[in-house]
Amino acid sequence: MENKKLFDFKVFLNGIWKENPILFIMLGLCPVLAVSGAVRDALGMGIAVIFVLTGSNFVISLIRKIVPNHVRIPVFIVVIATFVTITDYILAAYSPQIHKNLGVYLPLIVVNCIILGRAEGFASKNNVINSILDGLGMGIGFTLIIFIISLIREILGNGTFFGINILGTNFNPFLIMIMPPGAFFVIGFLIALKQKIEKGRKKC
Amino acid sequence: MLNEANLFFIFLSAFLINNILLIRFLGLCSFIGISTNVKSSIGMGIAVVFVTVMACSLSWVVYNFLLVPFGLEYLRTTTFILTIASFVQFEEMIIRKKLPTLYRAFGIYLPLITTNCAILASAFLGIDYKLSFIQNIFFSLGISSGYCFVIIIFATIREEIEIAPIPENFKGIPIAFILAALMSLAFLGFKGLFKL
Repeated sequence: MENKKLFDFKVFLNGIWKENPILFIMLGLCPVLAVSGAVRDALGMGIAVIFVLTGSNFVISLIRKIVPNHVRIPVFIVVIATFVTITDYILAAYSPQIHKNLGVYLPLIVVNCIILGRAEGFASKNNVINSILDGLGMGIGFTLIIFIISLIREILGNGTFFGINILGTNFNPFLIMIMPPGAFFVIGFLIALKQKIEKGRKKC
Repeated sequence: MLNEANLFFIFLSAFLINNILLIRFLGLCSFIGISTNVKSSIGMGIAVVFVTVMACSLSWVVYNFLLVPFGLEYLRTTTFILTIASFVQFEEMIIRKKLPTLYRAFGIYLPLITTNCAILASAFLGIDYKLSFIQNIFFSLGISSGYCFVIIIFATIREEIEIAPIPENFKGIPIAFILAALMSLAFLGFKGLFKL
């Protein structure tokens, strides 16, 4: 569906709820579950995804008319991989601790289905401004969900927020929340909540 | 460290203790998407084992004999994804031509595998742990058979849960995640097996 408008703010809002990459399209789940043990790492991952998504959407919509149709996927992958490498090295230089915590999940942004999905589904058909807006919206939608999940996991599993103790020393943390099963529980409940909200809306 | 352990422990550690799906959370998109049906899960699982072992050996060779001698380690992400993508394409062509029966069984899963992060991840992890070539083969075999094993068990449970009375809002994907959480809890138990 090509958007004829030069500047459409709805595109930006779409990514945040109506087409939220995690809750609705269910793409790119791996980093959301893997690095959501602490709020700081989760925000680092969110910012990295926003950067890569916006950057690759921008470049791909710039070159969308020059790239022949049958080689478009390899071209998109190279563009995305370039942005991922840039992010990888910038993070390693400016915040080595977050870079270390994100580990292998940072280079793996390149196979994150959201990014290739938006490149193929949106940026290759729409103009530059809308593509940037779409990248920002989708990226913020992604960051919002990863932030909520990491908030729940860090507070319940560790009693802290951004590494600061907020629940006092008497609180006995649910250790399970910061371990792998906790991530699956939280996302399961979040998606159930989303289904409930959607159902309530349809009834109205 | 992993690169000093023997081959059996490398395999076991990748297969059970650091299971790629339940402990490392990689390859989840295909895991949730395909596991609604046992038959296609078996197909996907076997295809993943095959491609992972081949692609990881190939990217190990590319990294150690092409990128390291020329000091091009920063091109790792780009080269690996291109190596894997072109390898999968190549393999699909060969299987279609030479083994049509096999192609009919697994062919449709091959293109899906290119974007399966489990494969790229095992290529990266093998390099990060500084494994030797033989160790790398066992490591990728462990990762991919762990994937195959878990996706088949998970699909069997999901087929059963279809007819179970579960709360309305949990139907479909949410219950699958809760199931994965319980399985992941069980896999945490393997952590005590040995230390690596």
